[in-house]
Amino acid sequence: MNAETMNVIQMKRSRIKELWEQELGGFKTETSAMTPHMYNELNREFLDLLMNHVSLGDISEDGTLERFFDKVLRANMPLEYITQGLQTYRRIILEVVLEEDLNKDVAIEIYREVDYWMDPILNKVVTNSSRLWERTVSIQKSALLELSAPLIPVFQHISVMPLIGTIDTERAKLIMENLLEGVIQYRSQVVLIDITGVPVVDTMVAHHIIQAADAVRLLGSTCILVGIRPEIAQTIVSLGIDLSLFPTRSTLQKGMEQALDITNQQIVKEK
Amino acid sequence: MNIQSCVEVCNEWDIVSARQLGRNMAKELGFGNVDQARITTAISELARNIYLYAGNGKICIEAAEKMGKRGLKIIATDNGPGIKDIRKVMEDGYTTSGGLGAGLPGVKRLMDEFMIDSVVGSGTEIIATKWLR
Repeated sequence: MNAETMNVIQMKRSRIKELWEQELGGFKTETSAMTPHMYNELNREFLDLLMNHVSLGDISEDGTLERFFDKVLRANMPLEYITQGLQTYRRIILEVVLEEDLNKDVAIEIYREVDYWMDPILNKVVTNSSRLWERTVSIQKSALLELSAPLIPVFQHISVMPLIGTIDTERAKLIMENLLEGVIQYRSQVVLIDITGVPVVDTMVAHHIIQAADAVRLLGSTCILVGIRPEIAQTIVSLGIDLSLFPTRSTLQKGMEQALDITNQQIVKEK
Repeated sequence: MNIQSCVEVCNEWDIVSARQLGRNMAKELGFGNVDQARITTAISELARNIYLYAGNGKICIEAAEKMGKRGLKIIATDNGPGIKDIRKVMEDGYTTSGGLGAGLPGVKRLMDEFMIDSVVGSGTEIIATKWLR
């Protein structure tokens, strides 16, 4: 670090602060419920951090930046706050330093140097936030997969698979696997597939359901498709999909009655 | 005055967003429950065809008007390999991907008007319209 530039920056500290507050003071956001006092505090901390970065050493290395980053995100501030802050700081420093009467070569040198300090911080911020996002997405994806296609044993030899949400290829595969494994594991004679929560039944979804039902039939069990809403029934007919290979019922309740019938079971009221 | 909304289709989740767009538009135009389901299913078929056969393309949805009737128009375009024999793909049960082969003829039945234009090697355009009753 060029000692002369450092000196200029240290000397002009109050001027930098003033410019900084002017520029970032106007930063508005709707996501955070911060009081103006808290916000000023955060701004001050941000500037101190950047000042330390210049005078003491790289903050992207020792974890200080991460802590600040966490704090900002916890306060529900957008990432834009940090990137804008960094840009503002870079601009202010250059402005302040160039206010001195310098020749061209020195100015270019300083310009390069400022870039050289600021880039690691910016890179770190970007990697941090993208890593955070990736983690969130992958957690949610696995959570979604876990919720995806459970087979629930309800009565002896009767299981239910409730399907909710869009069925894509990955999920269809999971449905098939869980269905067949469950049928063996619970020794189900009848499996009810409930599609009340499936928003659209197109040819692909129908095809997967038909395949699953067919596979269940090969294992010697019966598959009953339940939860067919009237509008879905109409679209299935219009599409010309043949679901006559296995029994269908309008509601889970009716399907359950039939399943009890098939397995020779009865629900009786005790007197 | 026609407002057109488009969704690029290049993966399976785009099919879902195309569908949602269509459903919202159909709701706004005043289609009933059953017709909403028909429109969304048709969009789903067309978007899936794009995803499966062309890789990427787009689905545009707009309000349509003809002789005092109002309706919804779906335009599906892609720059995929095109369809060699259109008559054949409009037959029930014809498939090249191991599916049910009900997609395109199904869309034709779900919608009121159906137009398909395909050039081998340069792409396919399908326009389907549903009128409000």
